[in-house]
Amino acid sequence: MSWMAWTGLTTTFFSVIAVILVCMTVYEIKVPCTERKGFLPISTTRGDRLFIGLLSSAYIHLAFLAVTEFSLMIALALSVIWLAILLRWG
Amino acid sequence: MKKITNNKAWFLVLPVFLLVAFSAIIPIMTVVNYSVQDIFDQNTSYFVGAEWYREMLRSPRLLDSLLRQFSYSFSVLLIEVPLGIAVALMMPAKGRMASVSLILVAIPLLIPWNVVGTIWQTFSRADIGLFGWAVNAIGIDYNYSSNASDAWFTVLLMDVWHWTSLIALLCYSGLRAIPEAFYQAARIDRASSWAIFRYIQLPRLKSVLVIGVLLRFMDSFMIYTEPFVLTGGGPGNSTTFLSQALTKMAIGQFDLGPAAAFSLIYYLIVLLVCYLFFTVINLQDKAK
Amino acid sequence: MQINKRKTLGMTAYLLFLLVPIYWLLNMSFKKNDEILGTLTLWPNNFTFDNYITIFSDPSWYMGYVNSMIYVSMNMVITLIVALPAAYAFSRYKFVGDKHLFFWLLTNRMAPPAVFLLPFFQLYSSVGLFDTHIAVALAHCLFTVPLAVWILEGFISGVPREVDETAFIDGYSFQRFFIRIFLPMISSGIGVTAFFCFMFSWVELLLAKTLTSVEAKPIAAIMTRTVGAAGIDWGLLAAAGILTIIPGILVIYFVRNHVAKGFALGRV
Repeated sequence: MSWMAWTGLTTTFFSVIAVILVCMTVYEIKVPCTERKGFLPISTTRGDRLFIGLLSSAYIHLAFLAVTEFSLMIALALSVIWLAILLRWG
Repeated sequence: MKKITNNKAWFLVLPVFLLVAFSAIIPIMTVVNYSVQDIFDQNTSYFVGAEWYREMLRSPRLLDSLLRQFSYSFSVLLIEVPLGIAVALMMPAKGRMASVSLILVAIPLLIPWNVVGTIWQTFSRADIGLFGWAVNAIGIDYNYSSNASDAWFTVLLMDVWHWTSLIALLCYSGLRAIPEAFYQAARIDRASSWAIFRYIQLPRLKSVLVIGVLLRFMDSFMIYTEPFVLTGGGPGNSTTFLSQALTKMAIGQFDLGPAAAFSLIYYLIVLLVCYLFFTVINLQDKAK
Repeated sequence: MQINKRKTLGMTAYLLFLLVPIYWLLNMSFKKNDEILGTLTLWPNNFTFDNYITIFSDPSWYMGYVNSMIYVSMNMVITLIVALPAAYAFSRYKFVGDKHLFFWLLTNRMAPPAVFLLPFFQLYSSVGLFDTHIAVALAHCLFTVPLAVWILEGFISGVPREVDETAFIDGYSFQRFFIRIFLPMISSGIGVTAFFCFMFSWVELLLAKTLTSVEAKPIAAIMTRTVGAAGIDWGLLAAAGILTIIPGILVIYFVRNHVAKGFALGRV
């Protein structure tokens, strides 16, 4: 495994993603969700909103890196808020 | 078709999932790990955080090759899709000639990519290649190894030669699926051939075209072998597309960190484009 | 009649455009190097089979073809075996995460191969598969399997589900139904899928080259060897190139009757 060059940060990152996926799966089996239409232009399921949220969070981080000198913590906080909004009202 | 909800279906999907996960997830995790470190060799590396991402996002090299990539991919689609449809319409529908032309049209698809590069490398040379010689003979100064726009044009021509057949074959089989009754009705109405194309053939081609466009977009976006063999990315950087810029960085200079960051950015872009495509396809399916 | 004439003319022009470059390769393969590099000749002045003789008498050349054939066929078999049940599941059932799994599979066709080369090399070395045919076959599954699932799903959706239900009522077990009844019904889909697997596995160079060194080296990688001290041996390169085209022609010849139906991927 040493060739994979793990670091603390990336281990945390992938663990968080894995935990989110597991939680969403369990939640989905317990309470199956139906498609609905929120403020996004298409009707989505919970999983769709999660994917859209994660993808846009990645872009938020990239945008922060590209045009600002702010700490990425701000981008992270923004992403979490955005993800929550998206999951709730998207 | 109405589908039954059954989570046991996962057992049927599991082999695919494991097989693809093995070759997909482990390497991509490794690339993410590389992207936050400065790697000197197997055992020496330093954590640098988001530094590579910042550097790559602000480097004109990345933006240049990204722009070049987009303009190339769009040119490819712009030429190959209409040409492919035209070829499909011209292909004979029945008889021996249909088989023969089918086989001939499919040949370029089955040639290894470096051989395609080799073919065009010699074919377009002004001194010993028929194409290069012919273009120069009609009075156009053409030399793909020294003139940037000539090189770009040659790579594009090579791609058209190589891949138009895919669109043509997809459309050809789409056309064959149209029932004869549709044409008979059109004949009774004395519809012009343009009207037949616009109102009968094109709508039926839509779903195959989506597949063709998606495949062509993805493949042209990571084109590597053919321009590498043909021009090596030159002259200058005129035909250095994304994949090549990446390979130069990762293998040539062993800048693993920046190359990994660069390729993750690249992956995110392709992911977004394909997600949009995929959503559109799903919406279409639903509308049916 | 006017239109038919124009169609034939257009088709002929397109076929010429396709075939002239290939003729050029064929032409070169029968020439000696000094003739190739010396002047422009439309056909070989000194016709020679030397280039082909070199290839067929040197095991390090012709084994390349054998290696390529082995991993391409392995890839076809593995892909079909895993993709058929998966495609059936996607077309017949709804299950947790189905749409996302499907999308994730497709995204693997888009990963830029260049940077994944080093992790791939290390991954396959660490499990002891480096320089084996199976390693290349597995690596190529990364892009053939998603495509195969996608194509087969279209075909399977074209078979009405009443067929399945009738068979189950008649007392067929799932396996027997799948092999005896279902597979023959989607045979053209399987043919086209095999064609696509062949197409993408046969032509791929980067991964195949990275994952092999001697034992399983594919022909495409061996061809890069012709760059010697005296420059590129164009005649040999051209002959090797021509020989890589022949298996492709054979494959398309076998599936030609499925193409009309099958290439639309069952989605029309």
